[in-house]
Amino acid sequence: MTIEVKNLVKTFGSFRALDGVDLKVESGELVALLGPSGSGKTTLLRIVAGLDWPDAGEVLINGEDALAQGARERHVGFVFQHYALFRHMTVFENIAFGLRVQPRAVRKDEAAIRARVKELLDLVQLDWLSDRYPSQLSGGQRQRIALARALAIEPRILLLDEPFGALDAKVRKELRKWLRSLHHEINVTSIFVTHDQEEALEVANRVVVMDKGRIEQIGSPDDVYERPASAFVHGFIGESIELPVQVEGGVVRLGDRPLALAADGLAPGASRLFVRRHDMLVGPPGSGAFEAAVQHVRNFGPVQRAEVVLSGGRTIEIDAPRDKELRVGDAIGLEPRRYRIFAG
Amino acid sequence: MTMQIVHSGPVTSSDETVRAREALARDNLRTEPKAVRIAVIAIAIAFLSVFVVLPLVVVFAHAFAKGIAAYLAALAEPEALAAVRLTLLVAATSVGLNLVFGLVAAWAIAKFDFPGKTFLITLIDLPFSVSPVISGLVFVLLFGAQGYFGGWLRDHDIQILFAVPGIVLATTFVTFPFVARALIPLMQEQGTQEEEAAISLGASGLQTFFRVTLPNIKWGVLYGVLLCNARAMGEFGAVSVVSGHIRGETNTMPLLVEILYNEYQFVAAFAIASLLAVLALITLIAKTVLERHLDEGQGANDH
Repeated sequence: MTIEVKNLVKTFGSFRALDGVDLKVESGELVALLGPSGSGKTTLLRIVAGLDWPDAGEVLINGEDALAQGARERHVGFVFQHYALFRHMTVFENIAFGLRVQPRAVRKDEAAIRARVKELLDLVQLDWLSDRYPSQLSGGQRQRIALARALAIEPRILLLDEPFGALDAKVRKELRKWLRSLHHEINVTSIFVTHDQEEALEVANRVVVMDKGRIEQIGSPDDVYERPASAFVHGFIGESIELPVQVEGGVVRLGDRPLALAADGLAPGASRLFVRRHDMLVGPPGSGAFEAAVQHVRNFGPVQRAEVVLSGGRTIEIDAPRDKELRVGDAIGLEPRRYRIFAG
Repeated sequence: MTMQIVHSGPVTSSDETVRAREALARDNLRTEPKAVRIAVIAIAIAFLSVFVVLPLVVVFAHAFAKGIAAYLAALAEPEALAAVRLTLLVAATSVGLNLVFGLVAAWAIAKFDFPGKTFLITLIDLPFSVSPVISGLVFVLLFGAQGYFGGWLRDHDIQILFAVPGIVLATTFVTFPFVARALIPLMQEQGTQEEEAAISLGASGLQTFFRVTLPNIKWGVLYGVLLCNARAMGEFGAVSVVSGHIRGETNTMPLLVEILYNEYQFVAAFAIASLLAVLALITLIAKTVLERHLDEGQGANDH
């Protein structure tokens, strides 16, 4: 099943939640919609599910016009951020709900419904919770039951709104792996919304980065991390150093200081220079594009993080290998191994 | 509501004197002098006894003043039976109407956004803020012989005022807020996510309502119906204006109590009053039970 949206526009009052969004999801993909809150990602998901309606644009599911159908007819599995389990029903009845409300002509008999629910409970590895009520479950369990409930109707596509948003860090990591392997197993075309870049990069085949109702970049996790298409993507994904620079006559300047950086093909004017923290290589003074003084060093994890002051007074944080000797007060040179400059 | 004084000092401190001093400070914060406590409790109990318990006792004392036989005879009077029947009919009809109106209004307010929503919420409370006599008079102005629809009603031979329809209308108006008021906060708190989930799982609107929405609010509905019913059976002012006091026909129980009392038939008056008092007691007990269920529901909801 493919999902395609064309030039989608949605406004809430004067707020433009979606501002001309085009996206195509191929059959069997697991796509992440990644963006800060208010970027329109949940709105997009709800429109695909039929829970909201766009002001303009098209939604095609498997090539058919989905906007001609209500949420009920679309046959879409939707997992809500806060799960929205039916609080007065047991886990079993929650999962069976979608099967029980089918028109009598196609409804399965009780034995078949029981078998299907059992199968789903096994799939999410929670068969022992069948008689509990949602209020008696942990967050991670509710999440998996919500997923089982959505899968019960054998949906054409699966949509997940912040599937791990309400869980604590450890459970979240486990469920991420679990979701990825589950997707591998059932292979249903899926979109999930997240504001957590790590989650998007780790789980999805493809990441759609959104900001202010627009798509900033669509690409593989590698693409959006290694080759960000815009200043926003570079700033949002991964930890970046951002410096305001001026491009003039083929020279990049930081303040009034020219930098030894290639400026080929850059439009003149105010620009922003982005460097990943670990792409700033430390050398002796005079060895790189920047001169700096070490102000503070913290040693933890696989790298040491140093706060350094660039000549000109700006403070940045860099990650250096642990074997590199850095002491407070050292004068150093910094050379960006890789960098990107975006106009504006 | 229970107030808890939280121990905010250094819990790990092993210094006994510090702990003892803290405990003392806590007690001082929490506890008024013993005399004050006793006085406050005594005043509360005395007030309740004089204004609530005593009248209740008096009602039953007067009702049974001439023995059980007289009590039962008073209740078996055709006029009394007619009043009981009419009261039940009026209550059942107006509770039924208000159940539907209340559900619809609460649904609209809690689940949708539309212009004029705040105004509608204010309007729902109107019957509470208007004197019941005025509520009754409104219907006289509308449906009376000189009223807006009076001529038309007479031409078509429809009797509203001084008949059952008028009493039902007045009662319905006065008791309208109960169901809606009980449901609006409940439905607002529950939001629309479960309904959305139901629809995306393929449920129709009706299936969603009966399988998801209604079970979630059933205790609230019962609570509203209970209070609505109690008020509908006990309503005096509005009904008095529109009823016309036709004996054996348009007298509800509260109206009959007044008439009998004015005619010095104390046993009969208090016999009927005792029925209303029993209704009040049953309502009170049922209300307590329902409130417990509502609280439990709330507790279970907090995911």
